[in-house]
Amino acid sequence: MNDAVLRIRDLKTCFDTRDGMVTAVDGVSLSLGRGECLGVVGESGSGKSVTFASVMGLVKKPGFIAKGSINFEGRELVGLDPKNYRKLRGKEIAMTMQDAQTALNPAYTVSNQIIEVLLAHDETLSGSRKAQRRQARQQALEMLQLVGIPSAETRLDDYPHQFSGGMRQRVMIAIALACKPKLLIADEPTTALDVTIQAQVLELIADIRDKLGMSVILITHDLGVVAEYCDNVVVMYAGQVVENGPTGAVIATPQHPYTQGLLRSIPRLSDLSRRIEPIKGTVPELIDLPDQCRFMDRCTRAQASCRDLIAMQDCGAGRQVRCIAPGLAGGSDV
Amino acid sequence: MTTVTHWTGDAGTAKSETLFQRNMKLFASNRLSIFFLFITLGFVFMAVAAPLIAPHDPSDADLFRRLLPPAWMEGGDWSFPLGCDALGRDILSRIIYGSRVSIFIGATVILVATTIGVLAGLAAGYLRGWVDIVISRLVDILLGFPYLIFAIALIAMTGPGLQNIVLALAYKEWVIPCRVVRGETLATSGVEYVEAARAMGASRSDIMLREILPNILSPVLVVSTVRMAHVIILEASLSFLGLGVQPPMASWGSMVADGRSFMLQEWWLSTFPGLAILLLVLSINVVSQGLRDAFDPRFHD
Repeated sequence: MNDAVLRIRDLKTCFDTRDGMVTAVDGVSLSLGRGECLGVVGESGSGKSVTFASVMGLVKKPGFIAKGSINFEGRELVGLDPKNYRKLRGKEIAMTMQDAQTALNPAYTVSNQIIEVLLAHDETLSGSRKAQRRQARQQALEMLQLVGIPSAETRLDDYPHQFSGGMRQRVMIAIALACKPKLLIADEPTTALDVTIQAQVLELIADIRDKLGMSVILITHDLGVVAEYCDNVVVMYAGQVVENGPTGAVIATPQHPYTQGLLRSIPRLSDLSRRIEPIKGTVPELIDLPDQCRFMDRCTRAQASCRDLIAMQDCGAGRQVRCIAPGLAGGSDV
Repeated sequence: MTTVTHWTGDAGTAKSETLFQRNMKLFASNRLSIFFLFITLGFVFMAVAAPLIAPHDPSDADLFRRLLPPAWMEGGDWSFPLGCDALGRDILSRIIYGSRVSIFIGATVILVATTIGVLAGLAAGYLRGWVDIVISRLVDILLGFPYLIFAIALIAMTGPGLQNIVLALAYKEWVIPCRVVRGETLATSGVEYVEAARAMGASRSDIMLREILPNILSPVLVVSTVRMAHVIILEASLSFLGLGVQPPMASWGSMVADGRSFMLQEWWLSTFPGLAILLLVLSINVVSQGLRDAFDPRFHD
């Protein structure tokens, strides 16, 4: 894929803690084409948020990127100096935060928060400071209308606490989209919302993606969301990618036992007699993990050779899986 | 309190109101604080308009009026309502002029100390690393000295005078807002909107001054009013010890000191300036208490 907007190769992000070296992201590789929507799924602690904090250059001490490369539109981001990184953030890569309740600054009106981003990044604004502000305000209004805030003119000068949760999530998307970024990273954009609002927000992101032609990375733990909105999906477990490929294929015939387990643990309206099967055990501690299959202790198909280093292997149709015995106990039932 | 209901209600028609404005309204509904706020403002007015309201020149000595008692006592004179001191100067006029010293020093020290303290606290709390280590250790060292003795030592080196008192007190006073701001900044810098601002490409100074600062102003406001009362007492203490403003300038602390040797017979020499200190400090404390009640979310209930 030559027109990839974002290409991560063998990324390793570690946290040097008192208890030892925590490898939160271990050898993650993925790529994202222009206009593509990529879903990243995995349970809490699987490293999905840290992966994209690495992309944004927002990994805080004691964390650091140990090795690997993050290529954004031909530019290498690992080791980029802070000044250039700052110009990139918000302008070309934007990110929405997990919790819309606290992601807006309570001290400013929403228009102010959008205008600030525009004034910081948008070079098309011209004229005096005042004229720029006026133009930015006009754009802020358009953004709020774009994300579907009713009577946006009157809401422009409201403070975040005057908005409901869903509206706040929309405002946050409006801020992220203000500079028309090439890549939007949406970190669990719907976790705090109820189901109807979830659908609206996701439709909105899909809609704007088409309009602006941007690429979207949807970080979530909801496979339903992925099935509905994403072209491709990456499944992460304990800091590693365990399976990736086109969404439809991965969900229809999951190859990795973890993906299969995830799909089996979702309740289904069409088959109420089926028991939900939880995946037994918990995610391993990420400190000083041995080079074996990380899912081994929870896997029903574990065997002696699982103790070796397991690499990603192709399994046809643009899919890859990190398992020595993929596919068995196929997922056709789900 | 039920004041919370009106802003969660109809968002479409609710007037735009920041948390700060809401808290100020809460403060305004506290009658006791408002009453003492007016007394405090009365003192400020007294200080500003001293030449207009003082009945006499505060330095006008006349030994014929030496130790004149207050007007309502035997031998008193209504043109000198609170009596005269050992040099025959009008005590009321000296109290009015003395408020200038107390309020000027209180306000200036707090202004200087809060500005420095807020900036240092933001830097320490947000930048962390060696900046934090340097500032926090400096704060610890300064906190190790007893306040008054530290001020006395500094004034002993620089000599008394208005400017030197302000400097001597501000040297140590800034550590208090600094510690408050550092703690608040540590707590606030983990909040999502700060992270979001970073993700949108805000610079470090933008984040400190535009994202964090507006959200931690409330505790700063409360702390600086409480500390202002302390600074006024400290100034009075320094003046009492003769290290404050120099005669013939009137200061409450030095008036109390001057009246010390007459305490048993001519009690009014020390009592009235003492009461002035008491009333001003009490008023400021009640106001700051009211501010804290209004701004501390634990009291919103």
